[in-house]
Amino acid sequence: MEVLMAIVIGILFMCATYLMLSKSILRIIVGTGLLSHGAHLLILTMGGLKQGAVPILSDAAGVYVDPLPQALILTAIVISFGVTAFLLVLAYRAYQELGTDNMERLKGTDNHE
Amino acid sequence: MIMNNLILMPVIWPLLTGIILIFFGKKVGIQKVLSLFSSIIGVIIAATVVYRVYHDGMITLAVGSWKAPFGIIIAADMLAALLVLTTTVIGAAILLYSFTGVGKDREHYYYYSIFQFLLVGVNGAFLTGDLFNLFVFFEVMLMASYVLLVLGGTKIQLRETLKYIIVNVLSSALFVISVAYLYSIVGTLNMAQLSERIAEVNQPGIVSVIALSFLVVFGLKAAIFPLFFWLPGAYYAPPIPVIALFGALLTKVGVYSIFRTYTLIFYHDQFFTHTFLGALSLLTIIAGVIGAVAYWDVKKIIIYNIVIAVGVITYGISLMNDQAIAGSIFYLIHDMLIKAALFLLVGVMMKITGTSDLRKMGGLIKQYPYLAWTFFIAAISLAGIPPFSGFAGKLLILQGAVSAESYVGLAVILLSSLMVLYSVMRIFIYGFWGKPAVTKEQPVKQSVEKLLAPAILLVTITIFYGVGTETVYSYISQAVETILDPDIYINTVLGGE
Repeated sequence: MEVLMAIVIGILFMCATYLMLSKSILRIIVGTGLLSHGAHLLILTMGGLKQGAVPILSDAAGVYVDPLPQALILTAIVISFGVTAFLLVLAYRAYQELGTDNMERLKGTDNHE
Repeated sequence: MIMNNLILMPVIWPLLTGIILIFFGKKVGIQKVLSLFSSIIGVIIAATVVYRVYHDGMITLAVGSWKAPFGIIIAADMLAALLVLTTTVIGAAILLYSFTGVGKDREHYYYYSIFQFLLVGVNGAFLTGDLFNLFVFFEVMLMASYVLLVLGGTKIQLRETLKYIIVNVLSSALFVISVAYLYSIVGTLNMAQLSERIAEVNQPGIVSVIALSFLVVFGLKAAIFPLFFWLPGAYYAPPIPVIALFGALLTKVGVYSIFRTYTLIFYHDQFFTHTFLGALSLLTIIAGVIGAVAYWDVKKIIIYNIVIAVGVITYGISLMNDQAIAGSIFYLIHDMLIKAALFLLVGVMMKITGTSDLRKMGGLIKQYPYLAWTFFIAAISLAGIPPFSGFAGKLLILQGAVSAESYVGLAVILLSSLMVLYSVMRIFIYGFWGKPAVTKEQPVKQSVEKLLAPAILLVTITIFYGVGTETVYSYISQAVETILDPDIYINTVLGGE
């Protein structure tokens, strides 16, 4: 199971890298989304994918899954959610002000302002 | 117990201030008074923390009374305490500069609030004893820095913030990935227990790989050699007080994290990891020197000097002997203070001349002698001329390089000092000497006292720091002791089991 997850996460990282190297801002933001998905799945996988009950204390269950990675992921998700929201609004403002979504044209070497 | 809670105050206090300031969004006067008051209290708190750590040794606080490896630990050793004090002092000085230097359109949009949140992130990152908590404080700091960078919304800010955020989103994801790998191998996130467990398995190859991936993460924050590409553009965009804050604090948090991880956690296979770090550091110095010498823009020159200083400090870390570590700590604190001061001084120059191009300046010394001589002192401090603050740190690092028989490093650092001196003296010669530059309006003497005061304050502190080396050294040697003997840290945090 972990091997399968590792391969899937690898593909996610591959797609994220490819998208983040493209020119359009929106494609880059989609890339960052995939990157954080990959990172979060990686925490889950690295914590171990053994069989066990959900980490809610009850009398019936003997073995639980590791609760720590789940807490870490929850934290990482809200952080990346906040950053992504900010990044999207920033991209919108940049499009309004600068009139382009092409990263190649955001070099700004011609004028120092 | 109350004493132990004190070490959380450098985080809680600016957080509280930042939250309260949100309620006074448009009342700039109240914001200024509150944040100034808060900064002064913050400096007192940080000084108390240093005093307590100096007398009682390292202080830890188990948040929520959960014992060491299970809860989050706030751990203040001397290094963290000194850096917190430096941060709050710099924060106070830059806040004073912001009162006149940042402008109404930014002040009306929660500038002072976000300023405090940045300090929360930086202080938290210095004090935490938990790897994932470090990640969270990094994000607190970075989120505040994104907003400070873009606040005002000019074209250059929008453009550079986009790049800065994308780089940092990538490095944050790498941080999460590295934490996940490390967790899967040792099964803990507490730095002390991590160190203990890695010592038990004696750092196999996989842990060295993780050590390097942490180096990539922290190197992206700290701008070491192949990863500094984002810094010159991003630090060029925002207004001067924000650049000063970034230049003094943000990269240094990355440096501190390298410090912490490479001396506390991954110190067993030094030939692999630390040689790598040393080589990258020397390349960082060279890259920074090339940039600092190449530009005619005062901001760019100081920005590339940040890169040089980061290289010097990480080189000291890579040597791992007591002189070099002491030198690194000494130089780290000196560099935080002097970079903040230099950016503020450059800001005053730009305010007077209305440009950052050195070729359009000249003759400022006639009308602004205080500015000129303060800049002169800051410049020679940066280069490390003996009575001033940059000397002792570099001397110790050089001694460390000699005792580690790393003569290439010795030569690179000595030559880089010369080039640093050349780069800042060029600002002095072209900016302050010669004939006053021809401007369209009459060369009216502007009143810059309010902007100059915080810079003079910082430079005065660095003078005392340099002259009072003996006093400062007793603090720093205590920090070195904890750094070079991780058992002190581990035993204090884990309760000497």
